[in-house]
Amino acid sequence: MNNLWGDSLSGFWSAWIIIITLGTIALSVWILMANRRTDKTPDADGNVETTGHAADGIEEYDNPLPKWWFQLFVLTVVFALGYLVLYPGLGNYAGILGWSQEGQWEEEVAQAEERFTPIFAQYQEIPIPELAEDPEAMQVAERIYQNNCAVCHGSNAQGGYGFPNLTNDDWLYGGEPENILTTLNNGRNGLMPAWQQLGQNNIENLTQYVLSLSNEEHDEAQAEQGESTFMAVCAACHGPSGTGNTALGAPNLTDDIWLYLAPGQEVGDSIRQTLRNGRNGHMPAQAAYIGEERVHLVAAYVYSLRLAN
Amino acid sequence: MKHEIVEKNVGLLAVLILVAISFGGLAEVVPLFFQKQTTEPVEGLEPLSALELEGRDIYRREGCVGCHSQMVRPFRAETERYGHYNVAGEQVYEHNFLWGSKRTGPDLARVGGRYSDDWHRAHLYNPRDVVPESIMPAYPWLFENTLDGDATPAKMRTLRQLGVPYTDEDIANATADVRGTQEITALVAYLQQLGTVLEGTR
Repeated sequence: MNNLWGDSLSGFWSAWIIIITLGTIALSVWILMANRRTDKTPDADGNVETTGHAADGIEEYDNPLPKWWFQLFVLTVVFALGYLVLYPGLGNYAGILGWSQEGQWEEEVAQAEERFTPIFAQYQEIPIPELAEDPEAMQVAERIYQNNCAVCHGSNAQGGYGFPNLTNDDWLYGGEPENILTTLNNGRNGLMPAWQQLGQNNIENLTQYVLSLSNEEHDEAQAEQGESTFMAVCAACHGPSGTGNTALGAPNLTDDIWLYLAPGQEVGDSIRQTLRNGRNGHMPAQAAYIGEERVHLVAAYVYSLRLAN
Repeated sequence: MKHEIVEKNVGLLAVLILVAISFGGLAEVVPLFFQKQTTEPVEGLEPLSALELEGRDIYRREGCVGCHSQMVRPFRAETERYGHYNVAGEQVYEHNFLWGSKRTGPDLARVGGRYSDDWHRAHLYNPRDVVPESIMPAYPWLFENTLDGDATPAKMRTLRQLGVPYTDEDIANATADVRGTQEITALVAYLQQLGTVLEGTR
């Protein structure tokens, strides 16, 4: 990004800053010098100069400032002037060191890139199935996973309500390396429409039919009635046998794995809720956040979880 | 000048103290009011919609700023984690700033788009449901309260006086846009746009 820090100051404001800054320093030095006393030796009569303040006969000596204090003050002035020569402080003058906030950041980033780029580039060359078997790479990958993915998918990768479990062999969009890569790079948007308009009866029948697909406890008669509705309405995405479609992200309904099953919830209640209100699963695209090289590593990590099965 | 005069006139002393301490502000703060870097929006910056604006007020009401900063500083450790550092041009429509100064939780300056809406809803309902280690408080009432939007146009008019370019149409539709919406929806809408104007800059 260019010029996010904006243009430099106009000449007037640059001069304004320079004059106030240097003027303040000059004023401080003048005050210091103008009020300085060096002489505290008594005069011929043995009198010592006083400030003229007197209370109950006690007078205040007009002694010079302590030497250490005076010298420290001078030192701060010298420091300030030295700083203003080396670093940006006087309007548009950049300082002879050329230091800037964004410059320091760029340098930091460049140093890190020099160190890490070869490592990531080397991993990028290795195909995901092979990379998934490399313990050292997986150590790096796990860190990236924990920092970026664990917030939703859990530190143990077992997911949660609405967030897919990555350790079982149920893949909404396919579990092959290239599927995982696409999911990570581009994100996913899963949409299950709401079917409220089918009516209470149909929803109940469909629920029983879906339960029967996964061999959950169900009402045989209602399930049978639901089958025709399923073929007419649901089979387009979930397939006639209910095994889902990874091209659309339509879940397999026959494996008894339920993405939207709250703790303690009955499977039937979850299905009813899904049918009535629909669902919208969203996996944010990661390429823009962590870059394709890290995505490659994380994909290998996710694939390694699959291999561990 | 004899400093006796200054020391014996409290009013004069106060005035001179004010003059002395104003130099710092005059040199460091005043020029920023006239610098393009701080007064001109970055390309693509839009004022918050009525819903996002209400979300922002919920963010302020619930004190989110007490534990979450919105200020990514230009250090690699921060830009690696949160994304591009803040720039002044992103914040020209912010009144007041919500930069914060305390990070009990993570910085939120670029949280927009990072997580799904569902995640935010689950997380705000009870953070432990999605992040078991979290110490963030739960905000279940955001799901019960709804917005009436009565004050939204007034808020937008005030912001317009401060330089936020709301149109008459924005203001006229504001109440209808937010009325009846759950507070959580407004807050999530606000969170999801945070920092997105500089998308893809890291």
